Amino acid sequence: MSPLDLVVAVPLGFVVAALMLGRAARGLILLAAPLMAGLALWLALLPPDAAFLVGQWDLPLGILLRADGVARLMILATALVIGAVGLHALAEPPEKPGHAAQAETFWPLVYLLWAGANAGFLTTDLFNLYVTLEMVSLAAVALAAMGSLAAALRYFMIALLGSLAYLLGVALIVARYNTVDVTLLAQVAEPDLATLLALGLMTAGLLIKAALFPMHGWLPPAHAAAPAPASALLSAIAVKLGFVILVRLWFEGFADVTGPASLQVMGGLGAGAVLYGSVQAMRQQRLKALVAYSTVAQVGYLFLAFPLVAGAIDPGDAWAGMTLQAVAHMLAKAAMFLAAGLMLKAAAGDRIADLGGLAQAMPLTVTAFGLAAVSLMGLPPSGGFTAKFLLLTAAIEQGAFLYAGVLILGGLLAAVYLFRALSACFAPATTPRAPVTGGFRTAEPLALAGLAIVMGFAGTALVELSAIAAPWDAPAAAPAVTLPEAAP
Amino acid sequence: MDLPLPEILSAGHLYALTGAVLVGLGLYAFITLRHPLRQLLAVNVVGAGIFLILGSLGRGPEATDPLPQALVITGIVVAVALTAFGAAIIVRLAETRAAAKPADDDNARPEP
Repeated sequence: MSPLDLVVAVPLGFVVAALMLGRAARGLILLAAPLMAGLALWLALLPPDAAFLVGQWDLPLGILLRADGVARLMILATALVIGAVGLHALAEPPEKPGHAAQAETFWPLVYLLWAGANAGFLTTDLFNLYVTLEMVSLAAVALAAMGSLAAALRYFMIALLGSLAYLLGVALIVARYNTVDVTLLAQVAEPDLATLLALGLMTAGLLIKAALFPMHGWLPPAHAAAPAPASALLSAIAVKLGFVILVRLWFEGFADVTGPASLQVMGGLGAGAVLYGSVQAMRQQRLKALVAYSTVAQVGYLFLAFPLVAGAIDPGDAWAGMTLQAVAHMLAKAAMFLAAGLMLKAAAGDRIADLGGLAQAMPLTVTAFGLAAVSLMGLPPSGGFTAKFLLLTAAIEQGAFLYAGVLILGGLLAAVYLFRALSACFAPATTPRAPVTGGFRTAEPLALAGLAIVMGFAGTALVELSAIAAPWDAPAAAPAVTLPEAAP
Repeated sequence: MDLPLPEILSAGHLYALTGAVLVGLGLYAFITLRHPLRQLLAVNVVGAGIFLILGSLGRGPEATDPLPQALVITGIVVAVALTAFGAAIIVRLAETRAAAKPADDDNARPEP
């Protein structure tokens, strides 16, 4: 056994267990959280060329699981986020009043999302990525349906169209190259019509999944309406899978195919997302809608980094900035949604104006919201600061001052909309507030936000971790495939 | 216009071209139709087109390449599961909406 297949197989086991246990399934997270965190840590400490061929089928038929730096960081962050969100949901069951059965359906979906996301981060097989994409979409739509069925249906339709566009691209790749493995495609891909068409289709489908502006329309209603733990998982994890697959395509499989112009289009869309998402977040009256639009803006940074990584002479810093932005956003946004959920339970209504008095009533939760905000704004010391600083340095080195300007402006706009929500908490309360506390429910958002801050102090270690087996490190060398030990 | 029809047919391009037409038809329906059930069917037409394209690729002059066929089978399984899931959401949404305004629906659809 190797942690590469265990991080996928174990959550799938928990899906089955959760379905069989029904109401008692909630306790499983007490076992799953430490187990998965341990596996993710084991994975992070593996030798750099760690890889695993599923069922010992050789490429190009087999499916390669490979732990590069991006996969290691994303799987570790996923384990921390789902672990914390799950423990939170144990104390604060995600259900609407009068829908007690909802809490039961939550748990299998969490583990399905976990398995799908981990498999997607590890695999290099384009068709297997399609399957993981659908696993994650299925779990994500069902989680969104816990809040608003109408928003979930809209999300489902858009996501389905995105998957099919991706699948059509994969079909063209199969026809052209007779393989769907990214590491093999990297050696044979040529910039001809079929390849460009396929890459365009796959990219369009994945951009819908990653909710990059202007394909973000489905995200704010779905993420804002879901129960807080579900929103946290949707914003932190579900949108990241599309991003990771795009990184695999653009910087690994088709690195020689993508031209500078197409990279600038991605960067431009990312910059547009940062500005549009921030302005929309400023205009929102409801707290969770504000946090959801902040996700639209933060996803923009990930794609703004694309031309910076490709244009750098030494792409290490920009690459690390891009990866750390994804991780920092996962931790901070999950913390912020959990904190917002607790704050809204205590507040008079779901509008930002209703938050008055909460700073006195539940100081720890408001602190968690504030710490998460620090990372999202990119204030030092925090993971968000490290990521944005690395990207800003790369932009200035390359003379890409437009992107540098957007990076700085995006931070300022984030400060405007997040301080607006925070300052509302300090306003005097019109009626006395009954704080929602007790148990561990305030601890998880605080721990996640704290981790987002601590990331700022572990910068060097994280940059080194993100560079493991990075495509720009040894572009010509194929990954060494270590065959699994024979089963006893 | 004289299309080299025999060559297109013998090379097996007819399946891929039919698939492309299905994708186009499904996409057109998805964009123009508003009812979610019709949209779900439209997406299925797109999916059928893609599977036809994918399946036709494995068709060689002598032997059939199993890789695209295996991908098609997996894809169909995923598509069936997602269609069932989408239909379930649509039904649940319709039930919720009917329950939300019973006064309007009482005459049109008596409760069992």
